[in-house]
Amino acid sequence: MNTDKSTEALAFGIRRRVFEHSIRNNGGYLSQACSAAEQLAWLYNEQLRLGAPTLPPVPLPFAGVPAPGNHAYRTGAGYHGPAEPSLDRLFIAPAHYALVAYAALIEVGRLAPEALDQFNQDGSSVEMIGAEHSPGMEVHNGTLGIGLSTGAGLAWGRRRKGETGAVWVFMSDGEVQEGQTWEAVQSCVHHGIDNLYAIMDVNAQQCDGAMSAVMDVGDLKAKFVSFGAVAVEIDGHDLAAMRVAAQTPHPGRPLIILARTCPYQGMPSLKSRFPRLHYVRFKSEDERESMRRAIAAELGLNAEPASSQPGRQETSPATTAAKGD
Amino acid sequence: MVEMVARPYAAAFEAHALAHPEVLCLSADLTSSCEIDGFRDRHPERFLSLGMAEQNLMSFAGGLGLAGFRPFIHSFGVFLYRRPYDQLIASVAYPRRAVRLMGFLPGLTTPGGMTHQAIEDIAVMRSIPNMTILESGDATEVESLCAAADTIDGPVYCRVLRGLVPRLFATPIRVGEMRVLSEGSDILVLTAGIATEEALRARAALAHAGVSIRHLHLHTIKPFDAHALLDQIASVQHGVITLENHVIEGGIGSLCAEIMADHGVGKPLRRLGLRDTFAHGGSRAYLLRYYGLNAMALVGAVESLLGEHFGVSEADLEAARVDAVHSDAKAEAL
Repeated sequence: MNTDKSTEALAFGIRRRVFEHSIRNNGGYLSQACSAAEQLAWLYNEQLRLGAPTLPPVPLPFAGVPAPGNHAYRTGAGYHGPAEPSLDRLFIAPAHYALVAYAALIEVGRLAPEALDQFNQDGSSVEMIGAEHSPGMEVHNGTLGIGLSTGAGLAWGRRRKGETGAVWVFMSDGEVQEGQTWEAVQSCVHHGIDNLYAIMDVNAQQCDGAMSAVMDVGDLKAKFVSFGAVAVEIDGHDLAAMRVAAQTPHPGRPLIILARTCPYQGMPSLKSRFPRLHYVRFKSEDERESMRRAIAAELGLNAEPASSQPGRQETSPATTAAKGD
Repeated sequence: MVEMVARPYAAAFEAHALAHPEVLCLSADLTSSCEIDGFRDRHPERFLSLGMAEQNLMSFAGGLGLAGFRPFIHSFGVFLYRRPYDQLIASVAYPRRAVRLMGFLPGLTTPGGMTHQAIEDIAVMRSIPNMTILESGDATEVESLCAAADTIDGPVYCRVLRGLVPRLFATPIRVGEMRVLSEGSDILVLTAGIATEEALRARAALAHAGVSIRHLHLHTIKPFDAHALLDQIASVQHGVITLENHVIEGGIGSLCAEIMADHGVGKPLRRLGLRDTFAHGGSRAYLLRYYGLNAMALVGAVESLLGEHFGVSEADLEAARVDAVHSDAKAEAL
């Protein structure tokens, strides 16, 4: 373990932080925390070999985009430590999972809890859709399908340089609708890239609703295997299965772990919102309060409102937090 | 007679790559068409085939850049920005990766028609922050393109000529500068790429008609030294003509217009190039004549600007160079 906590405790902490943040802000990527908590907790706590952070626990403000002469610019990779040859690298390919990824960084002590206060605030690097300069991010992945290709190029380059560290890509299942994902797998297999690993949150959800209704993608494992990758399908909330899956031999091929998950794991009340789970926003104060009480109970938290939260109001339209992507 | 150089890119790239171990040769299934087949055969360990998959190609190159390499991507120019535009932005341009985009068949230098003709590439690339744009106009510039591009700390898009290429210049590309080819005082003619060869064909006839042409050739389109151009514009009496192998929107004609407007220069400007139209397939000479991008079109613009008619005919111009559709220097006519 990379921390003194259990991975189960970290996964719980990720759900709790994203839940509290989403309630406080009347919206958030709540279902992504439900589905991906174990994957990110496991990556950071067990699988990844990362150095100590090179950036401060409370993120620095946005320092401008890459441009000639902008010496203040830095990526968020510093929260993963230095880019040393023996250390691993991680890309968060679906950048809208940023809130969940930030929560994971906080849980493993790489980011201060106060960092979430900057989430989606003007002038902050803790952006809603994780940018290159956001904590834990190293490249832009705001449009889906880009992450695996970039990981493939980096993995090829690292192997050529004799670097022993692995390249991991955390993916979402909606990305397989993009042709680029399959181009990436094709190139990895052709070039024997086997220092590339992906774990995919197969939660069967996308922005418009259930993937089966929006654009069904069929048998993912069969597709990856037919493109030449080694693919393993597991229960994405089963840490023991995750550990075994990561040990699967894959000489000359990338390893893709398909983690089948539930988008309301740990917060069964969210099921009432199905199939609109991509970005959960409460339509009224009543709904927010009832959801807060229900989920808090499900998570085993004290259901009384925190002092920082607004008091209960009569039914009124929610006014805060624009709908996200 | 102008010296013709066969496949100048091939040897130039090989020499440059061998001198710089961080340079990688990336191909997208147009290896011999981009003159890197010999490199592939002689240096397979430095060659990466990524197939017909430009979206992955662009992000993969970004990953190679992240690993400290300087990948040279070889394809037809049009395939480097139309299909993988988002990947070009997110994986290459934004993070300022040292990716060198070597775009062959610029503008109307292909009989392949709309799908193969990069006619709005300069407009697109000019609008992308962090992007540098170089364009080769002769064999010497093709030969110096790799070294010039590889000095840039960030991505570079190059318009590359291939096959049999005339040698017009004696000195290599020096990024950020322009070539002053003649120092006349009546009209400033601004050209780049193959348009320069057309302007050279027209110059003798115009001189014979008593017109004094100041002729500039651009190989660096972005970044661009506006003040150097303003000085040249100030040196002519009657105005400016731009001629480009590109649509007139967003190319060097627009570049010139923007600089003139920004600095309140009130001289007439005539922009020659494709005028809000796609082109179709055909030989270079045919296409340049049909769309008004050749030496004769330039003579017409000079006449229009001066309000005189010189009676110059095709026969009065230096002979147009006609490429064979098939030759040892080109793998296919495309």
